[in-house]
Formats: sequence, C-alpha cells, structure tokens
Amino acid sequence: MNTTLNKPASQPDVAQNGANRVSYLTPLANILETKDGYVLEAEMPGVNKDGLEITVENGELTIVGHRAAVESRGRELYRESRPTDYRRSFELDPSIDTAHITARVDQGVLTLHLPKAEAVKPRKITVG
Amino acid sequence: MAFPKLKRKGEETKTTSNLNHMSIIRYQVPQLSNWSSFDRLSSLRDEVNRLFDFSWPSRDSGLFSGWSPALDVFDDKDNLVVKAELPGLKKEEINVSIHDGVLTLSGERKRETEKKEGETFRSERYFGKFQRSVTLPTAVDSNKVNATYKDGILTVELPKAEEAKPKQIAVSVS
Repeated sequence: MNTTLNKPASQPDVAQNGANRVSYLTPLANILETKDGYVLEAEMPGVNKDGLEITVENGELTIVGHRAAVESRGRELYRESRPTDYRRSFELDPSIDTAHITARVDQGVLTLHLPKAEAVKPRKITVG
Repeated sequence: MAFPKLKRKGEETKTTSNLNHMSIIRYQVPQLSNWSSFDRLSSLRDEVNRLFDFSWPSRDSGLFSGWSPALDVFDDKDNLVVKAELPGLKKEEINVSIHDGVLTLSGERKRETEKKEGETFRSERYFGKFQRSVTLPTAVDSNKVNATYKDGILTVELPKAEEAKPKQIAVSVS
C-alpha cells in the first residue's frame, strides 16, 4: 500500500475541488500490515463520525475529514492549530478486499481495517 | 495584542540544569563595576545561546522524547479558553495543572499492544510523553477550572478572577 499524497502534515495540501481551490491538512498516518490485512490509523483531531467521507475508487482510498463546528470562543490570543479540513489518498494494494473495509473513529483518530482477500491470505497446509 | 508566553519542555530544562547549555563565549566576562554597558551584550549572548539550545536539543528535550501538540488560547471576556489537539488519548492519560499562573498540559500516549505483531509500513504518529505550558495572561480562579476532552481536542476553561474581568465604569457628569 503506497501513499500517493506524501506531504508533511505541516504543509496543507491544496486540492482542486470544482471551481474552488480548497486547502486541506494531510493527517499523520500509521500503516501496519498483519497477516489478515492492513490497519491504517490517521490523526484528525476535531473530526467525529459525521464529518468523515471515506471513498474507494480506481484502487485508491481517499479519506476526507470535516471538522465538527465549534462555537466561537472569543478573541484569539494565540493559535497553532489550523482550522482546515483533512484529506489524504492512499493507493491500495490489489490484494485488499475493498468490500470489507471497516472504519471507526475515536477521539480524533480514524482506524481503518483493510482485509486481504481470502485468496492471498497465507494458508498453512498440514501434511496428513 | 498580548501573546501569552509559551514554553516548550526543552526550554524548561535549560533553566533547571546547565548540562546541555552550549556557550559560545570562551572567556569569562570580567567583573566590571559598570554593568549597564554590558546589559545589551549579555542579553544578546543569552539570545544566541538560546538559539543554540533550540537548534541542538538534547535527547531528553521535547523534540525527541515526545511531541508538541498544537495549542490555541482564546479570551472571551469572562474566561480564558485553552485548546490542545491531542488525538487518540484516554481521559486518564491527560494531566492538567495550574501553578503560579502557569497552565501545564502533560501526558503520555502509549503504543497499543496490538502493534507488536505485523510489519509497519508507515509510522508518522507520535508516541510518548508531551508537555506544554502557557503563562496565563490574566489571573484565574483555579478552583473553577473545567477541562473537557472531545473528538481528540482538550478544552480547558479558566474563569477569570473577579479583579481581572473587564468592568464598565459609568461616567457621571456633575
């Protein structure tokens, strides 16, 4: 599984979205391969279940996270966070069974389980 | 606009121990009676030293042993509001404390045990300890501080002390 968009999180990724240019943050991600599939974790603080869009198209997985609306908290004295939404795409390995991808979000971390298709799982054959 | 002073962990270690202090002055400053002429020079020296301290952080400074979560500070007349982006922690892993007008957020993110089996393809997330401190720009009532954690964002509400709240004073015409 490769990341097709591979920019550091500090640089927002600018994507073409119709006529408007929308800038996105690239969420930090960890990817792990297990014997049954892949586990992808992406950090998107401020995003809950309702703000997530996960799509698979042409072997490419795209995750978009819209921040939940927050009430204004008065005058800004200091700011390090960026109020932009998140977006990142990953090229999927052909062995991934895209029909059985599961997703969960907990305290701003999205966890995707991407199972491998039955045919490519390692099989142990015992000699009788 | 007044910016609260933000301290990173690395800067704090400088004041407590001089072990990692890199000095670029090779000679001892002579003991002069006229200190005022040296003031500007010594503050420049401090600035340069601070620069070196920051560019070459030691192993135990914040840049290596932890991460520095993004912090925002807001002022809404009656409260100071401090927000920190801390995705994927448990409530118990976050510490909030106030001492001498300095708010400190600290904690540790532990690697989950499920990670040990399997091959890592990409590892960008930070694990380990973090600590951020904010010198609060006004006095607060530390007994009424409220902290909530939602969607990976910690929000600390600090009600201002009575004397720090803005007051409207009516002008009377005699």
